[in-house]
Amino acid sequence: MNIVVAIKHIPSIADDLPVKGNNVDFDSVDFVLNEWDEHSIEQAVLIKEAVGGTVTVVGVDLIGELDNALHLALAKGADKVVKITADDPAADSHQQAKWLAEAIKGMGADMVFAGVQASNDIDGQIGPMIAAYLDMPYIGGTSAIEVSGNTATVSKEFPGGVGMKYSVTLPFVAGVQSAPKPPRYAPVSKVRQMAQTATIEKVAPTGEASAGLAFKKMAPPVATGHAEMIEGSPKEVAAKIVELLKSKGLA
Amino acid sequence: MSNDVFVITEHLDGKFSDVSFEMVGKAKELAKALGGQAVAVVVGGGVEANVFASDSTIQVDDAALSQFNPEAYGKVIEALVKEKAPRVVLFGWTVTGMDVAAWLSARLGVPCAAYAKDVRVEGGGVVVSCQAYGGKLTAEVAPEGETAIVACLAGSFPAEAGQGATAAEKIASPVDLSGLKMKFIEMVKPAGGDVDITAQTKLVSVGRGIGGKENIELAEELAAKLGAAVSASRPVVDAGWLPRTRQVGKSGLKVKPKLYLMLGISGAPEHLEGMKSAELIIAINTDKKAPIFNVAHYGATADLFEVAEAMLELL
Repeated sequence: MNIVVAIKHIPSIADDLPVKGNNVDFDSVDFVLNEWDEHSIEQAVLIKEAVGGTVTVVGVDLIGELDNALHLALAKGADKVVKITADDPAADSHQQAKWLAEAIKGMGADMVFAGVQASNDIDGQIGPMIAAYLDMPYIGGTSAIEVSGNTATVSKEFPGGVGMKYSVTLPFVAGVQSAPKPPRYAPVSKVRQMAQTATIEKVAPTGEASAGLAFKKMAPPVATGHAEMIEGSPKEVAAKIVELLKSKGLA
Repeated sequence: MSNDVFVITEHLDGKFSDVSFEMVGKAKELAKALGGQAVAVVVGGGVEANVFASDSTIQVDDAALSQFNPEAYGKVIEALVKEKAPRVVLFGWTVTGMDVAAWLSARLGVPCAAYAKDVRVEGGGVVVSCQAYGGKLTAEVAPEGETAIVACLAGSFPAEAGQGATAAEKIASPVDLSGLKMKFIEMVKPAGGDVDITAQTKLVSVGRGIGGKENIELAEELAAKLGAAVSASRPVVDAGWLPRTRQVGKSGLKVKPKLYLMLGISGAPEHLEGMKSAELIIAINTDKKAPIFNVAHYGATADLFEVAEAMLELL
């Protein structure tokens, strides 16, 4: 089974996101692996462990700092890693999906996984776009994928805990919401070992696509309201919350 | 090209989701400004479709479309959009809309604006406010070209404006649906047995800030003292720290308790969808810029563990 996982390196939302012009100030933010990509990598490795095969992880290197994420993928069980050397931190989902699709074309993938979404998918997610560019069907929001022969059984999540099961003939593209098991932990020593020994294949970006969106403005949301902030030490905060709850008959 | 606004409605088990009505209401407003019609598109037979206040409703009635199938739905919607060339196509930024909107954008080479919180017409053009980066930044974008796909966050517009009784025009599938590579097998309903968080009057809800499975106990203790149950945001459930039955938000459950006490939840739009109607929202988070503080009634920038432990002593 030949599984390709397309990943996205995105500005971290754990920190402040400074704005420059009409977009994020990419020079002032840390880039991290999209959180859903951890699940798509895990899902791919679980299938490899169940039925054999290889897992190739491929991503667009937007700022020259993707190696860490790729070494982590190797430490978690990927067999091969590829980076598309784009050096364009503002590349939108359409452009990244096009580059990824062109790179994946020659890989003979039975399945392509991507994270179901990313926080910077202003023009949509890369998964369904890769599917469109590769002319493969797409299914997103997956919570489990099992493969037998030429067919996958895919569980897709719906709100309220409802799930739908589908059978899908390979090849196809999936947007992984969660792997059936939490993503495995890779010890730092193993990641470091990969950094010293592994080879990252480099590919030049090929193909062009654009979101077709003119950015007019980017700013923190205009708050229609704001919480009344409770100040003080944690003990004082706790006391005020308990008092509030008691006054409302909630404690 | 027309100036019509299409709404790709969503239904599950014969019932339309709220976001469908919300979008139809918004489509009427947009269509009026653009000089076109608001058209509700219902993909799937076996569902009563005369429920929208749209100018017209098209129902693609085919047994192969009775349950959501991203491949089949995508092909049908692609054919309709190609044929009718609407000015705007509204999807929900939902489990089903997300499977088709960006795919269609790449297939047709037309723009897609996702995480849409608002859509409006300015100077004859369409402008979309997208709530990106976990709700920390809003991008104002103008889609270029003759057709724009917009994927809307649920709960962004009032649903009432979209409710009506327009008679649906039933049509056969515009594309051949034999030979699909994707087939629906079955619907799996959630197993009962766990706490029903939608029936609770008080919830202590934990997010990524809880740090690990071993810390859930602290939330459980606090919940027990308050007569509450423990719920969670998606990352906590995806990490396996709490079962799926406890998840609040877009891919989880919608709750409306009297008290929603949030420990370490930043307030991404997906989570807000599930809890913003709670009567009293109190949020504790170490990030003073967390979007949740724009929604909560009370907030504190503090260490959730210290606050929770101090509350336990006082209760």
